[in-house]
Amino acid sequence: MADADGAHETRIVTEFLRARPDDSWTMEAARTHNRAYQSLEQAFAMGRPAIVEAVTASVLRGKGGAGFGTGQKWSFLPKDSFPRYLCVNGDEGEPCTFKDHMLIERDPHQLLEGIIISAYAVETELAFVYVRGEFALGAERIGQAIRDAYAQGYLGKNILGSGFNLDVVLHRGAGCYIAGDETGLLSSLEGERAMPRIKPPFPAAQGVYAAPTIVNNVETISTVPHIVRRGADWYNSMGGGKSTGTRIFSVSGHVERPGNYEVELHNTTFRDLIFGLAGGVRDGRSVKFFVPGGASSPWLVPEHLDAPLDMDYVQGELKSMLGSGAVMVFDETTDPLLIAWRLAKFFAHESCGKCTPCREGSGWIEKVLYRMSHGQGRPEDLDLLLSFGNNIVPGLNAPFAQTTICALGPSTMSPVVSLDRWFRDEITERMRRDEERRDTLDVVPA
Amino acid sequence: MGLTDTDRGRAQEIIARYPHPKSALLPLLHLAQDRDGWVTPDAMVEIAALLDLTPALVLGVCSFYSMLKREPVGRLVVSVCTNVSCMVNGGSDLFEELRARYAADPDVLVEEVECIAHCDRAPAFQVNYDFHGPADADGAAGVIGQYQRGDLVARTISGTSPAAVS
Repeated sequence: MADADGAHETRIVTEFLRARPDDSWTMEAARTHNRAYQSLEQAFAMGRPAIVEAVTASVLRGKGGAGFGTGQKWSFLPKDSFPRYLCVNGDEGEPCTFKDHMLIERDPHQLLEGIIISAYAVETELAFVYVRGEFALGAERIGQAIRDAYAQGYLGKNILGSGFNLDVVLHRGAGCYIAGDETGLLSSLEGERAMPRIKPPFPAAQGVYAAPTIVNNVETISTVPHIVRRGADWYNSMGGGKSTGTRIFSVSGHVERPGNYEVELHNTTFRDLIFGLAGGVRDGRSVKFFVPGGASSPWLVPEHLDAPLDMDYVQGELKSMLGSGAVMVFDETTDPLLIAWRLAKFFAHESCGKCTPCREGSGWIEKVLYRMSHGQGRPEDLDLLLSFGNNIVPGLNAPFAQTTICALGPSTMSPVVSLDRWFRDEITERMRRDEERRDTLDVVPA
Repeated sequence: MGLTDTDRGRAQEIIARYPHPKSALLPLLHLAQDRDGWVTPDAMVEIAALLDLTPALVLGVCSFYSMLKREPVGRLVVSVCTNVSCMVNGGSDLFEELRARYAADPDVLVEEVECIAHCDRAPAFQVNYDFHGPADADGAAGVIGQYQRGDLVARTISGTSPAAVS
């Protein structure tokens, strides 16, 4: 896969679906041409503590956005408290993230094998797969995979003679970004509005139906069979620091070859990803700015292209985050105000309304950014945004503090903080010009 | 029109999957929408009775989720993404043009949606939750025409495959 610049993919969870584009989702192909379900006997032979230990030692971290240690999360379950549940988060909704979409549609058996091993490790007999409502084909494929797995004895009672029982229930969402929040997902699964819940109690102590619950992302769970099969040392020999193994990055925007690329963390840079793999910016243009980890992450500029894809580096040094792995690239013709407004509109639309700073703030941010991006701005508007944004994100410093139950609140300020960080002078000058011009033109107010 | 006997049987199967019946609320709302093309007030009352909830609570949940329609929307829902990666690739124009083109067609609802995780095919859109794109307005209208003529088989309004609803 190496290209001229030496950028290459390291395919682990995407290996099979890339190798068999026409039938990777079928039980037959997955068993004949891949090792589907072959890690189960190994897992049952290892026993629960050894699996948890391997996952912890691998330094596998959640691949949905927050990057929390998976083994550590599992270890928070209170001892001897049953029933408990595993919920797999397939409600991928962070703008420009499309990796779980691919994994669910194209390798559901890998996901299911991960679910069986993880459920066994955390001692639950009931797992839910929450699939984003709009992923109709994905729901169909994972639904078929579940039925086939029951038929083959990989699900149900006494799986492969291990004495372990597991039922898996497919649960479709119905159109809602915040159901992808860990606790929003639990509310939604319980038949409520998908409103996040205050933590603590954390889901591992009190999750769905107030029982201990583990919520893990699709890509995270899809990685588990590989760690069981090849060992923690193999996994953490890739990457470096606390960013081990691989992650799938969804690259989109003004790039030549938008798509999902699975690369080694830490040893790969944004430049490798954007230029080496995604083919660089279209039409010979240059990067104006890029969003490194979904709409919630503060933007970066060309001087950061050689930064490593390392979760702690991006957070600590660049005051942003790798988040959901959605890298959006914008060329020099892009109006940053328009992008900021559209992202603000997204957050305003998806705010669940539970916490006042987010419910009210997201709407006002959108309104002010609208007028700024549509010729109606005022020179003091950026400061106005920062002023009321300070009530949502006290201090306005990344990583963001928050006055709301979930991270959607502070995320609403991400585009604004980015504008202030990289484009302040450009915007202030433009607002001044817009204001002068408005005095001489007959402009309809927005 | 509310739930039929067949629906009621399927509803009981769905409820039995969950440790608590209320978890069946979203699946039952999808079921009702599959049947009627939208979630009717009668269906909400029936679902409330099945789950021992108040109709107000069912409405409260139903109105929170964007895929659940509380008025008739026709046969095809065309969801056009205008979030940033689609926007910079023509998604906003695609939405405006399609909306204008089908404004008078009661059978086609063109709606603006948030990111549908298909950004490598921007501008992306869905027809009854089948993914399509990239396309301009003429290309998208061509795809919609294929569904209208039956050359492509549309999912239900709730995104269920036609074979699953009988």
